[in-house]
Amino acid sequence: MLHLDNLELSYPDFHLSANWSADRGGLIAVIGPSGAGKSSLLMALAGFITPGTGRVLWQRQDITPLPPGRRPISILFQDQNLFPHLTIAQNLGLALAPDLRLNKAQSARVTGVLDRLGLSGLGHRRPADLSGGQQGRAALGRVLLQARPILLLDEPFAALGPALKSDLLTLVRDLASETQTLVLLVTHDPRDAQRFADRTVLVADGVVHAPTPTADLFANPPVALQDYLGP
Amino acid sequence: MANSARPLAPGAWALSSGLAALVLGTALVLALHADTFTLRPAEWAALTFTLKQAALSAILSTLIAIPVARALARRQFPGQAAMIVLMGAPFLLPVVVAVIGILSVYGRNGIVNQLLGLIGLPPFSIFGLHGVVLTNVFFDLPLATRMILNGWFAIPAERFRLAETLNLGPSGIRRHLEYPMLREVLPGALTVVFLLCLTSFVVSLTFGGGPKATTLELAIYQALRFDFDLGRAALLAGMQFLICAIAVTVAGRLTLPANLGSGHDRPQTIRIPGRKPLILDTFFIVATALFLILPLTMVLKDGLPALPGLSAALWQSALRSLLMALTSASIATAGALALTLATARNAQGSRLIEIAAMLPMAASGLVLGTGLFVLIHPFVPPESLALPVTVLVNAALALPFLYRLILPEARALHLTYDCLCTTLNLRGISKMRLITLPRLARPLGLGAGIAAALSMGDLGVIALFAGDHNATLPLMIQRLAGAYRMQDAAAAALLLVVLSFALFWACDQGGRRAAP
Repeated sequence: MLHLDNLELSYPDFHLSANWSADRGGLIAVIGPSGAGKSSLLMALAGFITPGTGRVLWQRQDITPLPPGRRPISILFQDQNLFPHLTIAQNLGLALAPDLRLNKAQSARVTGVLDRLGLSGLGHRRPADLSGGQQGRAALGRVLLQARPILLLDEPFAALGPALKSDLLTLVRDLASETQTLVLLVTHDPRDAQRFADRTVLVADGVVHAPTPTADLFANPPVALQDYLGP
Repeated sequence: MANSARPLAPGAWALSSGLAALVLGTALVLALHADTFTLRPAEWAALTFTLKQAALSAILSTLIAIPVARALARRQFPGQAAMIVLMGAPFLLPVVVAVIGILSVYGRNGIVNQLLGLIGLPPFSIFGLHGVVLTNVFFDLPLATRMILNGWFAIPAERFRLAETLNLGPSGIRRHLEYPMLREVLPGALTVVFLLCLTSFVVSLTFGGGPKATTLELAIYQALRFDFDLGRAALLAGMQFLICAIAVTVAGRLTLPANLGSGHDRPQTIRIPGRKPLILDTFFIVATALFLILPLTMVLKDGLPALPGLSAALWQSALRSLLMALTSASIATAGALALTLATARNAQGSRLIEIAAMLPMAASGLVLGTGLFVLIHPFVPPESLALPVTVLVNAALALPFLYRLILPEARALHLTYDCLCTTLNLRGISKMRLITLPRLARPLGLGAGIAAALSMGDLGVIALFAGDHNATLPLMIQRLAGAYRMQDAAAAALLLVVLSFALFWACDQGGRRAAP
C-alpha cells in the first residue's frame, strides 16, 4: 500500500498537501489544471523534491529519506527517458546493471522484453532511429525491467498522436495488471482517465484529493473538477 | 525542481582550493618578497610602457577590426569561410612563430626593407614600440574581428529586411542597426585585447628592450635571469598581477568572446548598394589577409629547406614539448571537467568554484613563474623543476578557457539527463563512463586541443626556469633567433606550428569521434 501521510510541499507561491493511501496494483489517473502541482506531486514521490513535512510510506516503510534510485518507484518523464547516445538494448540494460556489464541471463531478459513489446531486432538501434511510438515502448521496456512496484508516468506520451497514445496506455494498463504495479498517470486529458484508470486523483486548489473511482468522480464532479472540465 | 543544496564533491573543493592557493598564494609570496614598495623610475617606465603598448594595440586592433568585420559580414566571396577560420587561428598560434614570421617580413633584411631599398628609401627598424604594437595587432586584429563579426551576425536578418522596406539607406542602417551593435560589442573587445596585450612577454622580449620599450614582464625576466634580483622581480610581478586583476575584473563585467576556435556556419549577407563600399571592403579583406598570411608564408618558405638539417637537440626539445603539452592538457581538461560538473549541478559553494576557475585569468605565466621561483629557489635549484612547474602553470592558465567552454554543455547535460540517471541509480564511475564522457566528448576534445596547443607554444615560465639541457621547442626557437640563426629558427618555428595545430586537430577530432 502507498500511503501519503500528511505530505506537504511548500514554496513561497505554491502549496500542495496530500493525505491518502492507495492499494497495490491498478492504474490511477492524476488530473487537474496546469500549474496545480501534478508534476510536483510525482517529483516528490520519486524523491526529487523533499517535502516540507509529512512522509511517503510503501508497505508501512517510510521511504521519504531514500534517494530516488533506491525507492520502490520507477518514473517516465515528459521526455528524455532514453539516452540518445546509447542503443535501445543498452538503455534497457541500465535498468538491470548501471555499469552495463550484463551477464547472459540479464541480456536474455532485455531481449525478452524487447520481443514482448514488439521491438524485436531493434535492440542495436539508437533512439533517434526509432519512431515516437517505438521510443515510448522502449522507455516502457526499461521501467518494466526495473520491476519496481510503483510506476509514475508524467505525460510521457503526450507528444504522440491519439491512436499511438491510446496503444501505449493500453499496454501500460495490461502490464500493470500483469505485474501488480501501481501506476500513477498524470494527464491533462480527462478522456485518458475515463478510458484507462479505474481510480482518479484530482489535484486542485493546493490539495491532492484521495483516489476516487473514475466513473463516480465524473458522474458527480466536485466544483473544482467542474471548473477544470468547463461547461 | 530538484533540490539545489547538495554537498560538493571533495575533489572539486580540493581543486579550487589548489587553484586559489596557486594564484593568490603567488600574489602573497610576491608581496612578501618585494623588498620595497616605492617605485623607481625604471619600474614606472616599465608600468607606463606596458599600459601604453596594450592600450595602443587594443585601440588599433579594434578600430581596424570594424571595417574588416563589416566587409566579412556583408560580402560573399570564394574563401570567405576559410578567411573566418583563419581569423580564429592566431589564438592557437605560438607567439614565437609569429615573431619569426614578422621578423622576416618587417625585420632588417625582411621583405619591407628590401622593397624600401629598391626604391631608394632608408631602411625601417621593427624594434621598439611600433614593433611590439604591430605584433600585438597581428594577434589581436583577428580576435577583435571575430568578436565584432559575431555582433554583426547577431543582428537578426528580419531587422535588415525591415530597414530595407523602410528605405533607410546605408546611413540609416548604420545609425539604427550597426552603431547600437558596436556600442555593445566594442567595450568587451577592447578590454579583452587590452588584457591579452598586458601579457605579451615574447613580443616585448623580441621587439622591445632598453629603457624606453621594456614591459613589466620583460623587466621581471631581466631581473630574474640577468640580475638575479628576486626582490625587484617580486615587486614587478606584483605590479603585473595587480593591473591584470583589475583588467580581468573589468572584462568580467563585459561580454567575453564565446567561440574562439570554430568557424561560422551561418553565412548571412547584408545587401548594401553602391560601388564605393565594394572597393573599400575589398581593400580591407585583401590587406588583412596579406597582413596575416605573409608572415606565416615566410616561416614556411624560410623554414622548409632548413627542416632536414635541424639538430638532434632540437628534435629532443620538440619531443619534450609534445609530452609536456599532452600532460598539461590532460590536467587542464580533467580539472575543468571536475569544476564544471560541480558548478553544473549547482552544488553548495559553486559560486566560489566559478571564481576559483577564473582566477588564473588574472595571473600570467611570468607572474606565477616568478612566485614559484621565489618560493622554491631556497630549497632546490629552480632549473631542476623547470618542466613540472611549466606543465602545472600552463594547465592552470588554460583552465579558465576550458571551464567556460565546457560549462554550458555540462549544464545542459545536467538539466536534461540528471533525473534519469538518478532514478536509474547511475552514479560514480559508471555514470562518468556511460553518460558524462560520451555526452561531453566534443567540448572536452576541443578543450584538450586548445590547452595542448596553448601549452605547446607557450614561452613564459620556461624562460624563467630552464637551464641549458631542458629547453622546450619555443625556447629553442627564441634562442636561435637571439643568435641570428634565422633559417634554423624558421625551420624550428615551422615544426612548432605544425605540431601545435596537429595536436589541436587530433584532440578535437578525437572528441568528435568519441561523441555519439
